[in-house]
Amino acid sequence: MKTSVFLGTLTAAGLAAGIASAATLDDVKARGELNCGVNTGLVGFAAPDANGNWSGFDVAVCKAVAAAVLGDGSKVKYVPTTGQTRFTALASGEVDMLARNSTWTFSRDTDLKLDFIGVNYYDGQGFMVRKDLGVSSAKELDGASICIQTGTTTELNLADYFKANNMSYQPIAIDSNAEGEQQYIAGACDAYTTDASGLAATRAAFADPDNHIILPEIISKEPLGPAVRHGDSEWGDIVRWTLNALIAAEEYGVTSANIEELSKGTQNPEINRLLGVEGDLGKMIGLDNDWGKRAILAGGNYGEIFAATIGESTPIGLARGLNAQWTQGGLLYAPPFR
Amino acid sequence: MSETHAQTVAYVRDTMLPEQPPPASQAGVVRWLRENLFSGPLNTVLTLAGVATIYWLVGHYYGWFARSVWNAGSLAECRQIIAATWGEGLSGACWAVIRDRWHQYLFGFYPPALYWRPVLVFVLLFVALAPVLFSAFPRRMLLFSAIYPVLAIWLLWGGSLWPEVMIVLGVVLGYLALRLLEPRLPGFAIFGAIGVALAFWAWGAGPLADALRALVPVSLTPAASDRFGGFLLAITLGVGGIVMSLPLGIMLALGRQSDMFLVKALSVCFIEFIRGVPLITLLFVASLLLNYFLPPGTQFDIILRVMILVTLFAAAYIAEVVRGGLAALPRGQYEAADSLGLDYWKAQRLIILPQALKISIPGIVSTFIGMFKDTTLVVFVGLFDPLKGISDFVRADFAWKGIYWEPYIFVGVIFFLLNFGMSRYSMYLENRLKRDHR
Amino acid sequence: MTIASEPPKAGFRLSQLIYDTRYRSLTIQVIVFMLFMAGAAWLVDNTVRNLQVLGKDFNFGFLSNRAGYDIGQMLIPYTNDSTHGRALLVGLTNTLWISFLGCVAATVIGVFVGVLRLSRNWLIARLMTVYVEIFRNVPLLLWILVILAIFTETMPAPNAYKVAPDTGVAGQEMLFGMIAPTNRYTAIPAVEFANSLGAIATPLAPLSLNFLLIVAVLIGSVLVNRRLLARARRIQEATGVRPVTWWQSLLVLVVPTAAVLVALGFHLSVPELRGFNFAGGTNVSNSFVVLWLALSLYTGAFIAEIVRAGIMAISRGQTEAAFALGLRPRRTMSLVILPQALRVIVPPLISQFLNLTKNSSLAIAVGYMDLRGTLGGITLNQTGRELEAILLMMLIYLAISLTISGVMNVYNARVKLKER
Repeated sequence: MKTSVFLGTLTAAGLAAGIASAATLDDVKARGELNCGVNTGLVGFAAPDANGNWSGFDVAVCKAVAAAVLGDGSKVKYVPTTGQTRFTALASGEVDMLARNSTWTFSRDTDLKLDFIGVNYYDGQGFMVRKDLGVSSAKELDGASICIQTGTTTELNLADYFKANNMSYQPIAIDSNAEGEQQYIAGACDAYTTDASGLAATRAAFADPDNHIILPEIISKEPLGPAVRHGDSEWGDIVRWTLNALIAAEEYGVTSANIEELSKGTQNPEINRLLGVEGDLGKMIGLDNDWGKRAILAGGNYGEIFAATIGESTPIGLARGLNAQWTQGGLLYAPPFR
Repeated sequence: MSETHAQTVAYVRDTMLPEQPPPASQAGVVRWLRENLFSGPLNTVLTLAGVATIYWLVGHYYGWFARSVWNAGSLAECRQIIAATWGEGLSGACWAVIRDRWHQYLFGFYPPALYWRPVLVFVLLFVALAPVLFSAFPRRMLLFSAIYPVLAIWLLWGGSLWPEVMIVLGVVLGYLALRLLEPRLPGFAIFGAIGVALAFWAWGAGPLADALRALVPVSLTPAASDRFGGFLLAITLGVGGIVMSLPLGIMLALGRQSDMFLVKALSVCFIEFIRGVPLITLLFVASLLLNYFLPPGTQFDIILRVMILVTLFAAAYIAEVVRGGLAALPRGQYEAADSLGLDYWKAQRLIILPQALKISIPGIVSTFIGMFKDTTLVVFVGLFDPLKGISDFVRADFAWKGIYWEPYIFVGVIFFLLNFGMSRYSMYLENRLKRDHR
Repeated sequence: MTIASEPPKAGFRLSQLIYDTRYRSLTIQVIVFMLFMAGAAWLVDNTVRNLQVLGKDFNFGFLSNRAGYDIGQMLIPYTNDSTHGRALLVGLTNTLWISFLGCVAATVIGVFVGVLRLSRNWLIARLMTVYVEIFRNVPLLLWILVILAIFTETMPAPNAYKVAPDTGVAGQEMLFGMIAPTNRYTAIPAVEFANSLGAIATPLAPLSLNFLLIVAVLIGSVLVNRRLLARARRIQEATGVRPVTWWQSLLVLVVPTAAVLVALGFHLSVPELRGFNFAGGTNVSNSFVVLWLALSLYTGAFIAEIVRAGIMAISRGQTEAAFALGLRPRRTMSLVILPQALRVIVPPLISQFLNLTKNSSLAIAVGYMDLRGTLGGITLNQTGRELEAILLMMLIYLAISLTISGVMNVYNARVKLKER
């Protein structure tokens, strides 16, 4: 790869490359590897372990897509991106998809030329404070110093929220979650604000999680989802329906435990179509019919992934909340596989 | 004489007294103290302030260092051990984190089975540098120095050997073209040589490498760029940047000294532009903008993009160092070259540059030290530098959350040792060169 | 000696462009120019096509849009309703401010350490060597992070200054009763005027008339003082006796300014803890202090070496000659050694100032909102205009660098050895 890049640099001068990268699917197949943009390290969502192997909730989406497209969930190259570099990495083709807890907003979807293909986590911005501060509501934070990660939607929400409530605050800009934790723990800010899920993950990692509370106010809607480049709908469809397959699998009770059995054929035609027993859904998105089965096998269905990475049994301990299936009172609602 | 004396004076000493030691205040430790520490009111105050500072520093930090724990699985365990051994409420250093993660600080995520390759590259670096830095080594070894960069690329990244051979082949072809064209097109041969090399890389190298690969497959297990981290990344970027920037830097320095207005203006603009902006903005160019400047669809690894920008950055500084070397050469050297009838390139190659570069070595070493320190900035474009990237990553682990000082000290000490060694060497070299000129 | 050989009269041949040294350089320049233009055109063409592919355009209109984010440290008024252009200005003034203060502090540290390294005091000379070597050989980023950690980990939180209601004793006493270092900022007293003259609104920032008046009075006093000294020198030259002027100088320099301060009702407003944070004074954020300290200490180590080298470059004979002429040590230093040493010191000092200014972009590590933090950070992120934002940021840095080196070069030309 390196050599081709090296020679590529040298030859680039002589080549009048046409409009390339129109077909991401072909690129990925030719490369045999999916480039997936992830967070530089947020426990539970995307973080490398001691050996440099990535795991987490967002990482699971990358794995599922890689499994669907390449047949192997491990054929992913994780590209750590900062809040600064994530969208450019996607736009420039450095990564094929972004699974980096990014909020789906109007301007990002339109002006930044991204395509958000769905939502894998419904989140909202919250505040975490020390218990001994004696604060029980965000409305009492007038005049407080607040640690905030730059380059995110959270700083705009924060400005709006304090303005709407006619309060003032001192922003303390931080560059990464690790730095935010350090500053907050040391007491350099009264409150730490980011997505509620991130707060839970951060708090879980504290030595004394009980001394910190997450305030009840959720001041914004943060639908976090994977994104792809604008203008390649075929590739967008693949990522979108891979995510939908994970969600639908949970709804229909398809788990990594029973998937082999179910893929022999069931009474439920929807499951049959999802697992490629019936119909030609895979062909329609340029893959084979087993794609859905492979995607689910990579890490389990949505519920299994959630439970394994950020669920209540993990140190992060997030409840399903809004992220439950629509049948359970949540917002997850996969369109029909038909 | 003594006899007459004895008659006139009542008492004459006729034996010498033994030599007395100097007064206590003028000898030994006391004298040294008086002269060096308490020679005046101001000095006394300064000394006392210095002693107080040392006392305060040692008093504050000695205990922390003394209570070091080397064997533990997590920070919490460390704290337990400290509490159990030295009592509750005391803080101590937890070096267990270094013991646990040293390989990541040194190699990043490079496959552990392949650690021998970077180590070998590092050792060979000194073999390659030896003939450049010490004239005692046989000149033949310079040949090894010349192929070392390519060898290092192959060993670090692995894969097939042939593309690297193609790089060397391109250079050789360019050199041949230079020798062939020089008598016919004096002054323009360099353009021809560069053209030949580029043309070979663009059209000849790919197919030839493929053919050779099919014929004789020589290859190592590939190690992808995203596996690089820690000091491996810092040293690769630093050494790679300096080595690759040398040719460009020399060209820029010559351009800046040139009589040709346009060449000079372009060189000056480039050098001043690069030197006028912070490295971090250039790194952002690497991570955010470089893709805009290349044909659509060109894809690059972030490490290579950073390497390109670091090379450009270093080239501007090297150019200034080499310019200093060129300026330091006595005018007579240029005139002598002219009087021998050498043309510009021959004069540069045979007379001017060998001397100018020799004088420039200390400057190049300091540029390298600066660059090496600056490689820590790559963390801001998402690479795992040893200082912040790897440390943040280690701290992301539950076991090591909240550990700050130990990683900083560890990384700081390594940086200090390497840089201090290099700066001492460069000072030694400077002194030696000075003597040469006397 | 006229021209030894007439140039050949034969008409111009094309091959002369290559073989004739008179034309060759022209040919080479034309080739270089064409290559350069081709390269530039290639880059521009790629950029245009890439922008097309991405469906983006290249314009700076975003600078006049509402920014929407808040900035922690600012020298000029700014709210989240201001424009991105205004945010850029805030960042730029922050960059200039920290660079200026950093250069001043680094110079002071550098001169002190440089001189002390040459001290005959064994201990101090060694300590200073240790300081210089440690700071020079370790990356600046490490120093920023370490100093930041020291500040956040060891300073008390603001509420540590809270006075306990039952005992009436504060957990932490303020320094001199008016300065409170905390782990997020240092609260210092603010300057206030009871009879304020108001301010003139300018597009950049409101200009306080109080300060204008004080500065004007100060400048006036200095001018008067200079005339006083000039008169003293004239008398000295004419009569050989210098009149005693120190009390006049003191009077001229101090009294008018003091009178103006009293008239304006000058007083210090001491910060006090209200709610979460100190209010009433000025809160200097730690990100600023940390960055400032790290930049000053790091650059100070380099400047110390420059100062030491500068002083050592002046040969011992100069001092001896000055003594032989009967100059006292102080005058030897100010009239003989320093003017010569400065000539050696200034050029490398300029490049250290430039380095410091460029290194101030490491503000990213502490969250100080400098030019990179606003224009190249949040603005870039919120608008997605990386091409425009980064190019503009580089141009601004380039302009700052060129200005500094320009100004310092003018100074350098003035202290340069005048060869006649």
